[in-house]
Amino acid sequence: MYKLIVIWVLAALLGACSSPIKLNEVNVEDKSGQAAAAAAMKSLTPAMASGAGDKKGTVANLDTTKDVKSSASSVGSAMGAAAAGASGNTVKSLGAADAGRTIYFAFDSFVVRPEYQSILEENARSAKANKIQRLVIEGHTDERGGREYNLALGQKRADAVRNALSLLGVSDTQMESVSFGKEKPAAMGDSETAMEKNRRAEINIR
Amino acid sequence: MNKFLIALVATFLGVNALAQFRVEVSGAGLTQFPIAVAPFKGNDGMTQKLATIVLADLERSGQFRGVDNGVVPMDENIRPDLPVWRKLGADALLTGSISRTGEDRYEVRFRLWDAVRNQDLGGQSQVAPAAELRRVAHRMSDWVYEKLTGEKGVFSTRIAYVTKSASIFNLWVADSDGEGAQSALRSAEPIISPAWAPNGNQLAYVSFESRKPVVYVHEIDSGKRRLVANFKGSNSAPAWSPDGKTLALTLSRDGGSQLFLLDANSTGQEPKRLAASSSIDTEPVFTPDGQAIYFVSDRGGSPQIYKIPVSGGNAERVTFNGTYNISPSLSPDGRWLAYVSRVAGAYKLHLQDLNSGQSQALTDTSADESPSFAPNGRMIIYATQQLGREALMTSTMDGRVKARLAGQSGDLREPAWGPLVAP
Repeated sequence: MYKLIVIWVLAALLGACSSPIKLNEVNVEDKSGQAAAAAAMKSLTPAMASGAGDKKGTVANLDTTKDVKSSASSVGSAMGAAAAGASGNTVKSLGAADAGRTIYFAFDSFVVRPEYQSILEENARSAKANKIQRLVIEGHTDERGGREYNLALGQKRADAVRNALSLLGVSDTQMESVSFGKEKPAAMGDSETAMEKNRRAEINIR
Repeated sequence: MNKFLIALVATFLGVNALAQFRVEVSGAGLTQFPIAVAPFKGNDGMTQKLATIVLADLERSGQFRGVDNGVVPMDENIRPDLPVWRKLGADALLTGSISRTGEDRYEVRFRLWDAVRNQDLGGQSQVAPAAELRRVAHRMSDWVYEKLTGEKGVFSTRIAYVTKSASIFNLWVADSDGEGAQSALRSAEPIISPAWAPNGNQLAYVSFESRKPVVYVHEIDSGKRRLVANFKGSNSAPAWSPDGKTLALTLSRDGGSQLFLLDANSTGQEPKRLAASSSIDTEPVFTPDGQAIYFVSDRGGSPQIYKIPVSGGNAERVTFNGTYNISPSLSPDGRWLAYVSRVAGAYKLHLQDLNSGQSQALTDTSADESPSFAPNGRMIIYATQQLGREALMTSTMDGRVKARLAGQSGDLREPAWGPLVAP
């Protein structure tokens, strides 16, 4: 009885009922002639059975967080195999790890501003002195906008830095420019400060 | 007054019962078919309530409105008093039963009644284990939907999406209502742009696990995957041709972000350049006939959507409103384009009629991303933010009826609607 009131009130609220007929007061089933009617009903079509061994819908899990080394094998990569790490003979010279390695950008821009010239020069010097070093320049954007378009914008920032280094004499075979778009922010949130910190390119040695 | 108090308390409890409905449907369609779904006989005491799942499916489509389903379970052998149901506002009634026929083996039977013409429309019987009962319900929804609308239902299809939770990313494959999600890939680095192969058993996606974006083709049922694009620079935005043989991609290997075509079964073959520009070209998507590709380009100064023949040639601009139009998704009949447009700083899902060029905003949210058409062309799934959290939503084509999907906890993004597959 109580359950009935719940349903009735709910239905009334939803406006789904066109008339306030309480179901238990009404014949919702036509019990007269039921036996005869059952014989006249269409037979049900059997649908394909799903067995427990049915592969459809199976999802196997691949967990890459358990990999010790998460480096993809290269397919068609134009980069030669490069040994990571510095040559280890430096007492005086500045490695790229010592130099600043982050260049920031204005909104919607991929122009490398003059204030970053010294960072570029330091990294270029280090790279030219250590030809084994492989530089990977990573471009990033702030969180506004679509992921793939931002991936392309981040790529423009990485390319701009790579071009600047190239102009300073770093060999193209020593560098790769990639993008993370908006996927790896340096600062969380949508404040102006956070967004400024995310519009960047980072020069990494791998 | 006693009765009033009871009714008031009942209202609260009634609202709670609705809240169990993890799919939150809002809005009302212009013309909705009123249908009553009686509780299935024998379903009491089981976790999966078949009638509830079917009703939620039909309401989410925006084309149906649930009518008081009554208290009394009715099985498929009872002949209902259809004029009474008609008087209650239902044009159709679904009845059925579930019975256990063996160790983890259930038989589900249903029958659909036309309350207007006072007719038995027939029904089906299905046999399945307990774990498959939600899928059984979705097949019923598809049967009812197709019977009453003449169009194919999408309730048995799957969706893919990505979650970020703390520092872990997962690529999920779930039912069309977001339930039953299983992780295909777990990673410590971002995953973006999942794209379903037409066969419904592979996903292409971009992974950052090797600290640069690369594209994998991943077999869902086995977990086996192939690295198809790891060229110098960034590799992203995979899209499948309708015959499943070709992938369109965005590669930065030759400078900039440019479009390429690659054999989907490629093992180290050279990709073929589709278009050459000094601008950003990205987010390719094939037309349903496989003859052309829609894509995003800022060659005109700001990102807009263009169309180019698959054999290359001149690109024709498609979007003209506003200064930022991205993320194209095409309806299966090729007639409609869903995309995201930035309007006064807000990123909003839009729908464009490709014949007339007219477009309309579908949402009142402001951080919409990644629209993807349902394979019957009647709904669009997209990601957005609501109350500060990332969520997945579906919308009808006119934007009137929306549903927020169930899903894993964390931030949900990058939805992709899978294809219709044989039952």
